[in-house]
Amino acid sequence: MANSPEVVTQKYTAKDFTSDQDVRWCPGCGDYSILAQVQRTFPDLIQTNKEKIVWVSGIGCSSRFPYYMNTYGFHGIHGRAAIIATGVKVANPDLSVWVATGDGDLLSIGGNHFIHACRKNIDLKVLLFNNRIYGLTKGQYSPTSEKGKVTKTTPFGSVDYPFNPLSLALGSDATFVARSIDRNPKHMQEMIKRVGQHKGFALLEIFQNCNIFNDGAFELLTEKDTKDDHVLVLEHGKPMVFGKNQDKGIKLDGAHPIVVDISNGKYSKDDLWVHDEFSDAPVHAMILAHLDDRPDLPSPIGVFRQYSKETYDEGIRSQINRIIEKKGKGDLEKVLFGSNTWEVS
Amino acid sequence: MSEIKEKDFRVLTSVTVRFAGDSGDGMQLTGSQFSDTTAFIGNDLNTLPDYPAEIRAPAGTIYGVSGFQLSFGSDDVNTPGDLPDVLVAMNPAALRKNLKELKRGGVLIVNSDAFDQKNLKLANYETNPLEDDSLSGYELHQVPISSLTANSLEGLPLSPKEVARCKNFFALGLMYWLYDRPLKNTEDWIKDKFRNKAEYVEANTKALQAGHKFGEMTEVFTTRYKVEAAKLPKGTYRNISGNEATALGFLTASVKSGIPLFLGSYPITPASEILQYLSSYKNFGVKTVQAEDEIAGITSAIGAAFAGNLALTTTSGPGLSLKAEAIGLAVMTELPIVIVNVQRGGPSTGLPTKTEQADLLQAIYGRNGEAPACVIAARTPRDCFYMAIEASRIALKYMTPVILLTDGYLGNGSEPWRIPHVDELPDISVKFRTDPERFYPYLRNDNLARPWAIPGTPGLEHRIGGLEKADVYGTVNYDPDNHDRMVKLRTEKVKRIANDIPDLEVDGEDHGDLLVLGWGSTYGSIKDAVIKARRSGLKLSQAHLRYLNPMPKNTGQVLKNFKTILIPEINLGQLAHLVRSEFLIPVEQLNLVRGLPLKVNDILEKINSLLGGGNGK
Ligand code: SF4
Repeated sequence: MANSPEVVTQKYTAKDFTSDQDVRWCPGCGDYSILAQVQRTFPDLIQTNKEKIVWVSGIGCSSRFPYYMNTYGFHGIHGRAAIIATGVKVANPDLSVWVATGDGDLLSIGGNHFIHACRKNIDLKVLLFNNRIYGLTKGQYSPTSEKGKVTKTTPFGSVDYPFNPLSLALGSDATFVARSIDRNPKHMQEMIKRVGQHKGFALLEIFQNCNIFNDGAFELLTEKDTKDDHVLVLEHGKPMVFGKNQDKGIKLDGAHPIVVDISNGKYSKDDLWVHDEFSDAPVHAMILAHLDDRPDLPSPIGVFRQYSKETYDEGIRSQINRIIEKKGKGDLEKVLFGSNTWEVS
Repeated sequence: MSEIKEKDFRVLTSVTVRFAGDSGDGMQLTGSQFSDTTAFIGNDLNTLPDYPAEIRAPAGTIYGVSGFQLSFGSDDVNTPGDLPDVLVAMNPAALRKNLKELKRGGVLIVNSDAFDQKNLKLANYETNPLEDDSLSGYELHQVPISSLTANSLEGLPLSPKEVARCKNFFALGLMYWLYDRPLKNTEDWIKDKFRNKAEYVEANTKALQAGHKFGEMTEVFTTRYKVEAAKLPKGTYRNISGNEATALGFLTASVKSGIPLFLGSYPITPASEILQYLSSYKNFGVKTVQAEDEIAGITSAIGAAFAGNLALTTTSGPGLSLKAEAIGLAVMTELPIVIVNVQRGGPSTGLPTKTEQADLLQAIYGRNGEAPACVIAARTPRDCFYMAIEASRIALKYMTPVILLTDGYLGNGSEPWRIPHVDELPDISVKFRTDPERFYPYLRNDNLARPWAIPGTPGLEHRIGGLEKADVYGTVNYDPDNHDRMVKLRTEKVKRIANDIPDLEVDGEDHGDLLVLGWGSTYGSIKDAVIKARRSGLKLSQAHLRYLNPMPKNTGQVLKNFKTILIPEINLGQLAHLVRSEFLIPVEQLNLVRGLPLKVNDILEKINSLLGGGNGK
């Protein structure tokens, strides 16, 4: 087997993960960056047995992703990526199962599967391509579009409120919740690695620009002169500092985050909120997930929360093993002939 | 103490008994215990549990009445019986609801304690039927079951409510006496069921024995009945319900294919039991996922099939509707999954606890696009076992979704089953593709099946999904001619399954005036109707389809040899529709959609009217 010690494994390169299919996203689409970062990161993450990687998707622009990866792939139906992936993982827990999905796929038609996959802690690595629009159906608002969004189906502006995907994941007890941005390749690579290393349900939300139907949705977070003031990069154990000159910080006033100036001597880094990814309670991560509800606060990227508990697939496997140990391996003849039988001669 | 009178024994060849009471009275338990004991002493039998959708409807109401009918005998028993010979009514509502079905002159045993003002009113009785002469046409036995039960339990540390709950065992004990059945099976069952509650073991056992003793001591009953053991083929038997048989069939398919079983399912009446049974076979490596919804049930199964498990999902009517899109995905990705539909009364929520056969066309056609799936149907509770194996065999061999249709009556009903030995059952093993040489995801074998190459196999990395695939290569493809070819290939693949299934068998002459054709759970009723018609001098034949898509290759030929084809169905003529359009022949229909199995008599009347009173000289 490929795992045996005498086989010297050649390190994979990005090319090994590239399929022969032409990539068909619109030129300039943020999806290209995500594909590139995944293909660049995978050789570090996956040293052997790339046949154990499976990509599963639903429907939408993002969901073409599996076709471009030279791994096992399954392009499902709308909304069902996470649950199809659950079937794959439970059937064979030795596989590393990745999900490529979008805001419509995961949060609208697939919302039910999403929260239950979080709840059950199924060992899936989910990349959410959040462009806050329906791209493949040509520009209708999505469950992450901001209220008032003018689109083809909301010519006078949408009247409903958006989902906050990270808040939803945290509220459903996901064991790993993170965010990155398509235009920050280094950060995204780091996050993809972290997702790959996590055992349990991992959600990485990626702000992804749809330059055709929702261009500039994340402009403030990606353009050179605004991004530093609008993005807070979370690092475990570090105070939350941001701003062009690293001159601003987040201070926690009870459960209430405020921005303070650390350049004028009134506050120093020591006064700031120190990020703790491993916090026992989801409360802090929840505050971070809602940080940018207020326009004066930055959008955090990085790992919001992670913790570990037995995964669903492990739970199923270990229960089976326990019961086999207790009862012995099933004997079909015995089960068929059960109790309460009688003889006719 | 009064002297025990010798009681007469009357020998019967078959009896139909119905137990009826409040849904909280334990009628299903009473009925199934009576069935198990009856099977155990060697009678053939067939059962029909008939319970309301409400779990504990208000006590005493008509809509809260739960019933359990069984027919048992010393000959073949193919149906639960049209009309009961014996009715046990635990309260006025049970009497009100069931009396009209009791045969004239039939035995009626009532719990007279329950006939108080309140219960009579709830059952819309203005006067007490036990006191007027409205029941004079029946052999009425008034038994104060509640108070006799309470007397027998005196001194036990039980609340009045707990005492009241034992009355079904009293009734059961009485019925055991009346039909000369041993108490031991039920005593053992009580011991096991309440193994952690010694006082319940004692109470229920006492109530059971008290009922038995009451029969012996009282003068109310002057006659007992004997039903001799049926002459069944040699072997080891058990009593089995369709749902349990289905579960065991899939377990067997997993063992005989060597492929782990995966079930993704959402609880739904009357299919949940299959999920429950399979959840208990963890030591066979069975993986059960109780999914968040019906769609999750099937899509998780599709994922599991992709990863190399024998994957199935179980549901009933509304659930099949929800799974339609995903079945299309399994058609497109050509993965082996089995969908079990335990049909119930529809449309919409319909009659959740009643039986129906109205999902046949949905199973065959109910998807977007040209989405052929193999559809097969079990015809008796024990046949569910064999058809579950058959569904798995076809799915694995042809890389296709297979829909297995059963229904509420088959699922809940039970009959004796001669248990097969594991080595008598077919080997259905399949091989995964492992060789990367000339591997293409949609390169087909002689059966037109594509290779099953599962994740984890080095060198076979490939992508599949719901978009149209290029012939052979399996890449996404929008070419018009390719689509036309793939649509036809998928259909042809399912058609070719006909080469691999048994011919349609005819019971009786293979040509003649009348063939009664059926499918699914109407088998027993049709069989009995045909037997009765023959006894009255008519000549006719019977055939029953277990394979609906594709149908057996000789089906057209069989049908052409008869002047008239009669198709009785518990729907408005779905098989009739298929047969007409497929074979361009006229057919006669009998359609009753009452949420119940067809009555033998209804079929018999139709047969008589078609044959004009005689064709057998
Ligand atoms: S429509 Fe938008 S999201 Fe879709 S490929 Fe084009 S740019 Fe990307």
